[in-house]
Amino acid sequence: MTAIDDLFQRLKASGKKAFMPFVTAGDPNMAFTSKVITRLEQLGCSMAEVGFPYSDPIADGPVIQASYTRALGNKLKLQQIFDQVQQDRSKWSMPLVAMVSYAIIHRQGPESFIAAAKQAGFSGVIVPDLLVEESQMMSSLCRKHDFNLIQLVTPTTPPQRALRIAEASSGFLYFVSVTGITGERTQLPDGLVDRVGWLKERTSLPICIGFGISTPEHVKLLSPVSDGLIVGSAIVRCLEGAAASEEQALQNASQLVSSLLAALET
Amino acid sequence: MSTIDSTPPSTIEPQTSSGAQTPPASMQVPDASGRFGVFGGRYVPETLTRALEELVVEYHRARNDPDFQAELDELLHRFVGRPSPLYHAKRLSGLVGGAQIWLKREDLNHTGAHKINNTLGQALLTLRMKKTRVIAETGAGQHGVASATACAHFGLPCVVYMGAEDVRRQKPNVFSMRLMGAEVRPVESGSKTLRDAVNEAMRDWMSSVEHTHYIIGSVIGPHPFPQMVRDFQSVIGKECREQCLSSLGRLPDAIVACVGGGSNAAGMFYPFIHDTSVRLIGVEAGGRGQHSGEHASPLTYGSPGVLHGSYSYVMQDDDGQTSDVHSISAGLDYPGVGPEHSYWKDSKRVEYTSCRDDEALESFDLLARNEGILTALETCHALAKAAQIAKTMSRDEHLVICLSGRGDKDAAELARLRGQQW
Repeated sequence: MTAIDDLFQRLKASGKKAFMPFVTAGDPNMAFTSKVITRLEQLGCSMAEVGFPYSDPIADGPVIQASYTRALGNKLKLQQIFDQVQQDRSKWSMPLVAMVSYAIIHRQGPESFIAAAKQAGFSGVIVPDLLVEESQMMSSLCRKHDFNLIQLVTPTTPPQRALRIAEASSGFLYFVSVTGITGERTQLPDGLVDRVGWLKERTSLPICIGFGISTPEHVKLLSPVSDGLIVGSAIVRCLEGAAASEEQALQNASQLVSSLLAALET
Repeated sequence: MSTIDSTPPSTIEPQTSSGAQTPPASMQVPDASGRFGVFGGRYVPETLTRALEELVVEYHRARNDPDFQAELDELLHRFVGRPSPLYHAKRLSGLVGGAQIWLKREDLNHTGAHKINNTLGQALLTLRMKKTRVIAETGAGQHGVASATACAHFGLPCVVYMGAEDVRRQKPNVFSMRLMGAEVRPVESGSKTLRDAVNEAMRDWMSSVEHTHYIIGSVIGPHPFPQMVRDFQSVIGKECREQCLSSLGRLPDAIVACVGGGSNAAGMFYPFIHDTSVRLIGVEAGGRGQHSGEHASPLTYGSPGVLHGSYSYVMQDDDGQTSDVHSISAGLDYPGVGPEHSYWKDSKRVEYTSCRDDEALESFDLLARNEGILTALETCHALAKAAQIAKTMSRDEHLVICLSGRGDKDAAELARLRGQQW
């Protein structure tokens, strides 16, 4: 059982939902990313998703893509992410999940990557460009290492395929709310609540919703049907000025996260 | 560890890279999961799966539909001007002093390159799938122009993503696309070249997939694109094979084509894969040198990895980040290559080599002054290596060059590079 499995058991027992912010590793440097994670935990977040910058991210919108470009522009290397997380891991009690493109995992070798991520203190990995058809090897390696492989279901996923993806996933299922790339939306699509509800009746895996969530209204609408919510671009946008003023960036992100957490509690 | 800066091959002998014994190349690829041997597959976000599956189904239906084939053949004949001639470049052959050199004149197609063979096929599929909008990426602009042309022909709205750097160096094509009603969106991210244009087109498709078809211009991307684009481009090799048999009474001894993503080479080589007496030679962009960042030769200097939805040779650093590449030609300035080329490389069916910027530029003049043909800078890479190879062959041997595109589009860039007035 991983820290993620454990988290969802505890949340379920207390009738609570997970709140999972996304933060880009190394934007603008790993020391700051570590500070952000510390602050997010202090604010009451349940888990953090750490985005590993990739040069050609096709699932990401302009905000996250720009953060990847900044991090890589500062010559961020994979090993620095692992080193910083491992160094600071004992400061945090919440689980960390890595969001990593398969190009990076393949280059390291899937098993080496999983071992290194686990050793650094990650509990699972989301691979946005690894389809269920291609995921067998990762899936069995993750099982072997007691590491979660979190896969994605989207609005274009047919129902039977969604069930197959749920079966191949562990930790939780990432339900993508919109047809498109990451990024804040003013409106979430009709039918989203029903689709999540349908799937929830058919899998025992916790379901977390992400992509496009940026306001307390979104949180209020989606938290009743899900086990947790993921917020990415809206937070990354708050942090984009960190190179100029870390304190201001942290304060902006804290304000946003606090308002979203408050909406989750009500 | 990365092998990016590994020692370059000293000859054009096929390179072994994966080490393992590979069976001879088959034409019965890819398999149902889109694999050419170990290469290919599908590495994309889940959002695109349904559209890719739909494309697989529609493409197979179309392939077996005589009406579809008849409609495409008619267009290729009356709209594009196919078959393209196989031309015996006698003066060039004499000057080079070796094999007889033949040019498969894809530059004479409507729009001036081989790209139109694919865009008409995919535009027809777009209509069959009842999609109402087309997006495309382009490097040199030839695929953009061919997409804009096909879309104007069928009345489909068309958006073309093009790196801002390529917009600068291929202005005539940008203007042509706009004249035909396409919207050209310059891409300012990353290296502002073909690779970034593909990223941006993929991102557009992530949001528009329900009503938009993405006409990928090369044998790259997730399954079924590498197979589909190869099939549409195979008209080049099929015609060439028949033309050789009727003009020479036999198959040629060698065929040379340039390789960026690799669509003209794939279309030319594929029908000859089982003709093992025919040497097939793919020429990558060697740029300014052998070091990472100076060239765009993943098959020569790269290693297998994942980029733009498939598993193939790619230029990456040791973290898996795509490396910057360089080529004088916008159409070859790409860090990846089609998965079938990786399969042909590892099975040793095709030899891959690379040609430097300066060699390519020199060969532009060779054909311009001696045959009266202005050649696209992409194609000049094949031309330069073909001349070197022809020299080593005898006068009764025959070598075919896939003359994939015409050079008018490069006139301004050539003038700039040479410090001449345009």
